[in-house]
Amino acid sequence: MALAILRRRSRSIYTPPPLGALASYLALGFWAFVVLFPLYWLAVTSLKLPIDVNTGPFYLPFVDFKPTLENWRYIFVDLREDTFRPYLNTVVIATTSTVIALVVGSMAAYGLARLQYRPTLGAIGVFIGCAALAAVAIGLGVPWVLAVVAALAVLALLLQTIGKRFRRALGNNDIAFWMISQRMLPPITVVIPIYVLFQQLGLLDTWAALIITYIAANLPIVVWLMRDYFQSVPLELEESAAIDGASRYRIFRTIVLPLSVPGLVATFLFVLVFAWNEYLFALFLTTAKAQTLPLTVAAQNATRGPQWWYMSVLILIMIVPVIAMAIALERYIARGLLVGALKG
Amino acid sequence: MSEGTIARPVAARRRLNAVGTRLDRYASGTFIFPAVLVILAFSIFPLVASLYVSLTRIKFAQGGIDFTFVGLDNYAKLLVGIDHEHFLGVFGTPTALGLTAGVAVAAALVWWIARYVRAGATVFGLVGRIVALVGVSALVWLAVETLSSGGRPGTMVVTFVYVFVGVAVQYLLALVLAMLASQHLPGRRFFRVVFLLPMMITPVGVAYLFRMLTDTSKGPLYPVWAWLGLADTSWVTNPWGARIAVMIGDIWQWTPFLFIVLLAALESQSIEPVEAAVVDGASRWQIFRAITFPQLLPVTSTIVLIRVIEAFKIVDLPNVLTNGGPGTATESLTLHAYTIWRALDFGGSAAVAYLLLFVVTFVGVTYVNFVRQRIAVVA
Repeated sequence: MALAILRRRSRSIYTPPPLGALASYLALGFWAFVVLFPLYWLAVTSLKLPIDVNTGPFYLPFVDFKPTLENWRYIFVDLREDTFRPYLNTVVIATTSTVIALVVGSMAAYGLARLQYRPTLGAIGVFIGCAALAAVAIGLGVPWVLAVVAALAVLALLLQTIGKRFRRALGNNDIAFWMISQRMLPPITVVIPIYVLFQQLGLLDTWAALIITYIAANLPIVVWLMRDYFQSVPLELEESAAIDGASRYRIFRTIVLPLSVPGLVATFLFVLVFAWNEYLFALFLTTAKAQTLPLTVAAQNATRGPQWWYMSVLILIMIVPVIAMAIALERYIARGLLVGALKG
Repeated sequence: MSEGTIARPVAARRRLNAVGTRLDRYASGTFIFPAVLVILAFSIFPLVASLYVSLTRIKFAQGGIDFTFVGLDNYAKLLVGIDHEHFLGVFGTPTALGLTAGVAVAAALVWWIARYVRAGATVFGLVGRIVALVGVSALVWLAVETLSSGGRPGTMVVTFVYVFVGVAVQYLLALVLAMLASQHLPGRRFFRVVFLLPMMITPVGVAYLFRMLTDTSKGPLYPVWAWLGLADTSWVTNPWGARIAVMIGDIWQWTPFLFIVLLAALESQSIEPVEAAVVDGASRWQIFRAITFPQLLPVTSTIVLIRVIEAFKIVDLPNVLTNGGPGTATESLTLHAYTIWRALDFGGSAAVAYLLLFVVTFVGVTYVNFVRQRIAVVA
C-alpha cells in the first residue's frame, strides 16, 4: 500500500511531461543512432565486394548493392589458420589472465578488507636495500641466481634484527593505495624492461608473456573494485563461521566469494574487456605465434591500402563475444563500478 | 606483515581469537603475497629498470645489448636538444587571446596561493601549492606558445588536448545522457544497453571504423561532404582535422563508461530531497543545481580521475587512425615513445615514457590534493 503510493509519487517526479518525453526520446534516439550506425556500417561493409566499397557509399543491402559472403569465406576458409590462431590466442590469453588476476586480486582485496597488515618501515627499508644490493651485484656481473639467493639470505637475517627496530608501520589503506596507484603507470613506461626480461627468459611471443603482463596490469582494478565489495559483505556471517571452526581460507571460499558474485561478474567483464582489446603490450611482446586479434586487425592495413571488407569481418567476429557478454551482464556492470566509484 | 586479526570490537575479537588467530597468522600472508609479488616483479621492477634504461644509450653488440650510461642526455635531448620540436613543439607568437588566457590563469593561481597564505599556511601545504602553481603555469605557457599562430604543438601538448578536451566532452555528454535515461520512460533499458556497446570494442577497431566513416569519397557521409563541397578532400592532411577525428573516436568509445556510472549514481539517489523541492516549487534547473549535481560530485571526482589517468595512455587510436600524422600532429606521448623504440633508441623511448609518467603523476596528485578535496568539502 505504502509502496504503491511511493511509486506513484516518484513517478510524478521522474516522469517527464509529454513534450519533455518527446524531446528526451529524440535526444536519446540521436545518440543511439550515433552508437549503432558505425556498427551497422561495419556489418554492411563486411557483405560488400571491394568494388561496392570503392565506388561510393551504398547503404542498404539488396537495394543498393548485392550482398555477398565472399569476405566471410575468405577470412574463415582461405585465411583459416591466420584467423583462428590469433582468435585462439586472444581467447586463451584474455580468459586465463582475467581468471588469475581475479583470483590473486580477490585474495589480496579480501586480505585488505578484513585482515590487518602492519608492514613496518624498517622491514620495507631492509627489503629495498637488499633489492638494490642484488641489482648492483648483477650489474657488476654476478650471476643473477646467486645474487638473488644471497639477497634473500641477507633479507631474512636483517628482518629478524634491524627490521624489528623501526616500529612505525603502514596500514591496510597504504597498501591498498600502493596497489591501486599502479594503474597510473602508463604501460609504455614499463614495457621496455618487461620486453628485455621476457627476452632473457626466452618467453617473447608466447602466451605466458602476455598472460603474466596482463595479470600485473589488471590487478589494481581487481583490488580496487573487490575490496569495496568485500567490505559490504556482512561480517556476522564470517564471525559465526569462524566460531564454528572454519579457517580463513574456508570462510573466503565458501561464504565470502559466493556472496560477492555480482561484484566478481562486473570485475570479470571489465578486466576481460581490457585484456581482450589490449594493443600496446601485444605490439611489443608478440610477433607471430602469440599475436592477438587487435594486432591482426591492425595488420589489415596492407600495402594495397586498408582492406575495409576483410577488416570489417575481423572486427565483427572480434567484438561479438564481448558485446554479447556486455548485454547479458549489463546490470552487474553498473552496480559493480558504482561501488568502487563511491568509495573511491 | 604477519599478525592478522579481525578489525572489530573487542568482544567479537576475543571470540574469534581462540580459533582465528593462529590460522590468521599464516592466512594473512598467503592472501596478499601473490599480489604483492606480481606487482613487485611486473610493475615496480620494470619501473626502476626503466629509469635506468632512460639514462643509457644502447648498442647492439655481439650476443646481446650493451647499455652505456649517458646521464640525463636523453632527457636533455627531448627538452632542449634536437628532439624538443617533436616533444614540446615549435613556439609561435601568441595571439592576444592566448596571452590573455595565459595571464588570467597565472593570475588566478597567484591569487589562489595568496588567499591560502592569508588563511594561515603550513609550510608543507605552501610548498605543495607552489609546486602545483609552477607545474600548471609551465603547462599553460607551453600550450599557449605552441598553439598560437606559427607554432606547432609537440606530442606533449597534443596528449594534453586529447585528455582535457576529450574527458570534458565525454563527461558533459555522459551527464546529459544519464539525466535523460534516468527518467521513467518506456524502453529505457534499450538505451542503456545500447549506450554501453562502444566501450566493449577494441580501440584498434574503433580507429578503423572512424577511418571508414570519415572517408570523404567512399564513406557513408559522402552526401554531406558533397553538399558542403568537401568531397574527396582529405582531412588527414589537416592537423586539426586529424586531431579532431582522433578525439571523436575517443569520445565515442569512452562516453559509455562515464554514462553508466553516472546513471547508476543517479538511480541510487534518495528521492525525498527532490520531492521536497518539488513541493516547494523549485524548477527543474534549480533541482539539478542544488540537489542532483552536488550528490553526483563524489562519484564524478572519482570517475573523472580514472578517465584522465586512462586517457593519458592513448595510443591505439592515433596510431591506427592517422599513424600519428600528418607529420607528428596527432602523436600522443605513448605513440611518440613507441616510434622511438621502433628506431631502436631504447633510452630515448624510456625517457619519453618517464616524462609521461611524471606528467600523469603530477596531474593525478594535483587533482587529488586540490580539486578532489575541494569537491569533498562542497559535497
